[in-house]
Amino acid sequence: MIGAYEITLVAVVSINLMLALGLNLITGFCGQVSLGHAAFFGTGAYAAALVAGGLPLPAVLLVAGLFACALGLLVGVASLRVREDFLAITTMGVGFVFVGVVRKQGFLGAEMGLTDIPDHGLGDLGFVGLCLALVALMALLTWHIKRSWMGFGFAAVADDERTARTLGINAAAYKLAAFVIGTFLAGVAGAVYAYFTRFIIPGAFGFTVSISILTMVIVGGVGSIWGVVVAAVLLTLLPEFSRVINDYKLLLYGALIVLTMRFAPGGLAGVVAAVKARVRPGGGP
Amino acid sequence: MLHVELVLQGLINGSMYAVIAVGLTLVYGLLRILHVAHAGLFTLGAYITVLITNATGSLPLAVLAATLVVGVAGMLVYRLLYEPLLDRPPYVALIASIGLFICMEESYRIVFGPYGNSFDTMQLTQRITIGPIGMAAADAAMLVGAVVLLTGLGLLMKRTRFGIAWRATVTDPAMARSFGIDTIKVRYVNFFIASALAAAAGALVAVLNNLVEPTMGSVPSYKSLAIIVLGGLGNVGGTLAAALLLGVIEAYGTIYAGAFLDRDAIAFVFLIAVLMVRPQGLFAAR
Repeated sequence: MIGAYEITLVAVVSINLMLALGLNLITGFCGQVSLGHAAFFGTGAYAAALVAGGLPLPAVLLVAGLFACALGLLVGVASLRVREDFLAITTMGVGFVFVGVVRKQGFLGAEMGLTDIPDHGLGDLGFVGLCLALVALMALLTWHIKRSWMGFGFAAVADDERTARTLGINAAAYKLAAFVIGTFLAGVAGAVYAYFTRFIIPGAFGFTVSISILTMVIVGGVGSIWGVVVAAVLLTLLPEFSRVINDYKLLLYGALIVLTMRFAPGGLAGVVAAVKARVRPGGGP
Repeated sequence: MLHVELVLQGLINGSMYAVIAVGLTLVYGLLRILHVAHAGLFTLGAYITVLITNATGSLPLAVLAATLVVGVAGMLVYRLLYEPLLDRPPYVALIASIGLFICMEESYRIVFGPYGNSFDTMQLTQRITIGPIGMAAADAAMLVGAVVLLTGLGLLMKRTRFGIAWRATVTDPAMARSFGIDTIKVRYVNFFIASALAAAAGALVAVLNNLVEPTMGSVPSYKSLAIIVLGGLGNVGGTLAAALLLGVIEAYGTIYAGAFLDRDAIAFVFLIAVLMVRPQGLFAAR
């Protein structure tokens, strides 16, 4: 038997997983640092809230994803113009502009946000099933992309864009593809969030959210699917299970970012790989 | 009259941005690091100013202590965080800096409480009138303070041996080294000066608002990133122009664009527009 608390946990963990998997595709696979992932999440949530009254659930998820990836395509175009730390602050700027614009739009409820988002009509178990199914689908999708030719293209662009170009890899197309797919996933996560909370405010899609998602990707190990999944689950659940951790959640996230960047740039996946290599010297892949 | 008030308000805000952003641009010019945690040092300076003023009753003593302590703290940030990351891709230091900034804000919240601190007795409350313009002494202190600090920095850069060493190191570190310049020392002095400027800005803002809060650095931190990009990155003069311009544009934007855009987002609209059209910045040297 699952109660309201368990449903909340599953929903929150699933939403964070979807966001982290999407960002992992952009930042991890393709090497494009984004500090504005919450803007795409928010776009999906607002789009879903606006159309949820008139469309069936699958269509709402699709619309939310499409709106988010339309914005993602724009930011992707920006990534063709600026690189590395400049792309990072451009995407950060997109996040701030998104919240700054939404705060002032009457039809988006301005500061008060949108309320009375319709029920998903799946029942509690159905909603939990939907969350888990979407997470599984997205994990499989990113896993498949990583092993495909596209994943190879992403890796080449992430590793050394200039060399990739010299080898005839269309870096621009791969970057745009990474942004479009990754932000589509964020948009779907936004729709699930809108159905879950049934009311949304601009503050729920701010810079802190972008940084939290980035923390999950970095701590898990940039580019590693299992690492990101483990980190997203742990970092979401730890504050839930311990009041002390919850009070100092941001301090923990900040410290994890600093320590990972400083001492273990490969994150969880990097540490595990290093340990494996030490246990079986010369062996293994 | 409205325009005089708006421009004046814009210049007061802009001079605060200028003092903070100049420190960032010094760090960027030397090391190519986008030093977000700079605003954490700004907040630390503001807290030290308020706490020492309340303990000793002397504002000048407090400002002196704040600049010294924060200057040293800035050198520590360089030594412990940035130096080991220098040969990694530039976004690594940026993300680490954001992490450090979040840690600093949270630490202030935990140590000093979430509601902020004020001076026991308000500082600089007199009113000054020059012709038709009237303003609080704290506003005037912000303007004058910014002019004095930035002029001092300008003289330091143009007239002193450190200034020559700094400019040589920025232009060509290897060549500077071969002429006997201690480039490592230049980095430490650079962080000391930049952080001391941030502390001074923090002290001025503390006096201006009679309030210091754990999150008072949030808006300046990301906004000053936008300013140094607009100013042409590492270009001190461009940074000053961009800071003052942004202050004035924001003052007007609050009145004329408030209906569709939040004031704090204006800087980023410009940031994105400028980066798309001129990725090297508005006032870039090239």
